[in-house]
Amino acid sequence: MGEITLTKIKKSFGAVDVLKDIDLDIKDGEFIVFVGPSGCGKSTLLRTIAGLEKVTGGEIEIDGKRVNEVSAADRGLAMVFQSYALYPHMSVRQNLAFGLENSSMPKAEVAERITEAARMLEIEAYLERRPGQLSGGQRQRVAIGRAIVRRPTAFLLDEPLSNLDAELRVSTRAELAALHARLGSTMIYVTHDQVEAMTLAHRIVVMRAGKIEQVGTPLDLYNTPANRFVAGFIGAPHMNFLAGEVADLETGTATLATAGGHRLLVPFSGHSLSVGEKLTIGIRPQHITLANDPGSLKVKVRLVEALGSETVIHADLNGEKLLAVVPGQKLISPGDETYLSVAGAPLHLFDRNGLRVKGS
Amino acid sequence: MGVASRFILRRRGGKSWHWTDIVTWVWLVGGLIIMFGPAVWLAFSSFKTPAALAEFPPSILPYVTSQATVQGYDKPLQLFEAKMPDGSTKVLAEVRRIGLVAQMVDPTTPGEIVRVNIGDRTPVRSVSFATENYTTPFTQFDFLRYLWNSVFVTVTATLITLIVNSMAAFALSKYEFRGRSLAMLIILATLMVPLSVIMVPLYSIISSLGLFNNLWGVILPTVATPTGVFILRQYMLTIPDELIDAARMDKASEWQIYWRIVLPLTAPALAVLAIFSVVWRWNDFLWPLIVLSRRELYTLQVGLSIYSGELNVQWHFILAMTVVTMIPVVLVFIFLQRFITTGIAGTGLK
Repeated sequence: MGEITLTKIKKSFGAVDVLKDIDLDIKDGEFIVFVGPSGCGKSTLLRTIAGLEKVTGGEIEIDGKRVNEVSAADRGLAMVFQSYALYPHMSVRQNLAFGLENSSMPKAEVAERITEAARMLEIEAYLERRPGQLSGGQRQRVAIGRAIVRRPTAFLLDEPLSNLDAELRVSTRAELAALHARLGSTMIYVTHDQVEAMTLAHRIVVMRAGKIEQVGTPLDLYNTPANRFVAGFIGAPHMNFLAGEVADLETGTATLATAGGHRLLVPFSGHSLSVGEKLTIGIRPQHITLANDPGSLKVKVRLVEALGSETVIHADLNGEKLLAVVPGQKLISPGDETYLSVAGAPLHLFDRNGLRVKGS
Repeated sequence: MGVASRFILRRRGGKSWHWTDIVTWVWLVGGLIIMFGPAVWLAFSSFKTPAALAEFPPSILPYVTSQATVQGYDKPLQLFEAKMPDGSTKVLAEVRRIGLVAQMVDPTTPGEIVRVNIGDRTPVRSVSFATENYTTPFTQFDFLRYLWNSVFVTVTATLITLIVNSMAAFALSKYEFRGRSLAMLIILATLMVPLSVIMVPLYSIISSLGLFNNLWGVILPTVATPTGVFILRQYMLTIPDELIDAARMDKASEWQIYWRIVLPLTAPALAVLAIFSVVWRWNDFLWPLIVLSRRELYTLQVGLSIYSGELNVQWHFILAMTVVTMIPVVLVFIFLQRFITTGIAGTGLK
């Protein structure tokens, strides 16, 4: 079992509050990803769950038992560190065995568990080597192996892929997902890379400045971000934000005016908007298309990134930046004037406080 | 020409001499003479007889003036090569010297005294190593005893130093506690207190603990060194905290973290401290001299001092035994110089 419940977790370092009232239920077997910009407290939250940091307030429960006072060693969790934290003076085998020996496990079982984990992670060939003689990817596997042999109630992974090169990161990511499917244990994964979060997580926890901004499945976060921060954080390239104003309200549709006099129609089914209200309109770059229609947004192209399968257009719309990702290869060069259409694009409306407008 | 000679003879100026080439050569050769000269002189002089040591002008190599037993004289006489008035040279034995004239005798015709101006004779000398300078202290004095005492003090003190200092350094580098910086500061501040200031109180502590005239009285006051704590702490600060967190997750006790994780990883710094500690303890003179008054407890350095009496200094024994006491330190430096250079570079100590 690996159910973890956090209730009103607070953590301060001196006068600095790093975590502010974190509430979270993590279900058994769930793959949950903490994501957020640097310094948002996601690593600290992971370390408090691990028991490496003591909470200033609140309660941590693992499988219904309060563990605030339980030491890191006795919480039954295993952690994979960003730097892997392999003991440099020990062979891979000794690294794997260290934790098991400390819990005075019989030698035969230690050997058996190491063999099993080594086979699972394909590190049998270099069990006798030192970490210094391994490549980054191999070290990564050993670090995961060290967690696996412990058979923990939950795995805690602190940016485990950030030290790998791009190609290896993609393959290791897939392996991690496969590993989770195979082990079925709870995994808590910290990253600042939203692609990792999107691909791995059952649920993503988006954090900012010590607070949880939104918890949800990857597609929930992508489709209905709760606020402007989440909207800007999830999805690559980032969502476009345009300043706008409610020009007209009809049943089912709101008409928004943007700078430059463009009008956008948004399906709307609530009562929370009023005419004249200032809003931020969020449009994902992938939802913008090229158009010839003079009724669309007229933009000036600043930069074109031709990626082959798609083209990223950095454009300027009356002084506001607009990013569009259009499929295929386009003959556009910087300085050109062109038309972009947002017709049919899902528009995200955020109010003055950055919160998602209900009903949009 | 081999690679080595090409390397040594390489010049900045290409074919000709650049002024930096000359400065470099002068600097290096001069440095070699200044650093190595005294050591060479010490090594050769340790094989000289007392008479050769007192000789003026001094020589580098240990020469002995040849002697011959001449009929009619009780003592052996020194041989000289004398220039005769007719221009020939002859080996003569000197009977006595009166002013500028030496009375000499030909060993083949002992009855006949020849007067020779002392400027016209040069001693007949040959290189000879007086090995008894080395053998006598070992056979007639307790030198093996001193050697053993020194080895015991050095090894024990170094081991305890390493353990005690590394534990202090571990706490000061890896635990967060109130007053940590203050504790470190106070430890470092003791560097400014010289031994001569604390000698008397230290003596009374040792004496009241009953460690006077006991080798432990020499060992214990020296084991906690601020320098050692500092070197090790600075090194341990470079060990990532994640390793210690990982060990905590791996159910390691604090002792295991220290003993199985931190200590092995501190090995290079421990080696540096071990070298320093060995050199310090081995060369320590004043404190052992104060604590040890029984001759069988003397360490080498104190033992050496018994050859310099109030009236008579037995330089030949002192020199020979100085060479013996230098050997371990020299060996340490030869085999561990790699660590010493990193240690000096890392700490600024020497």
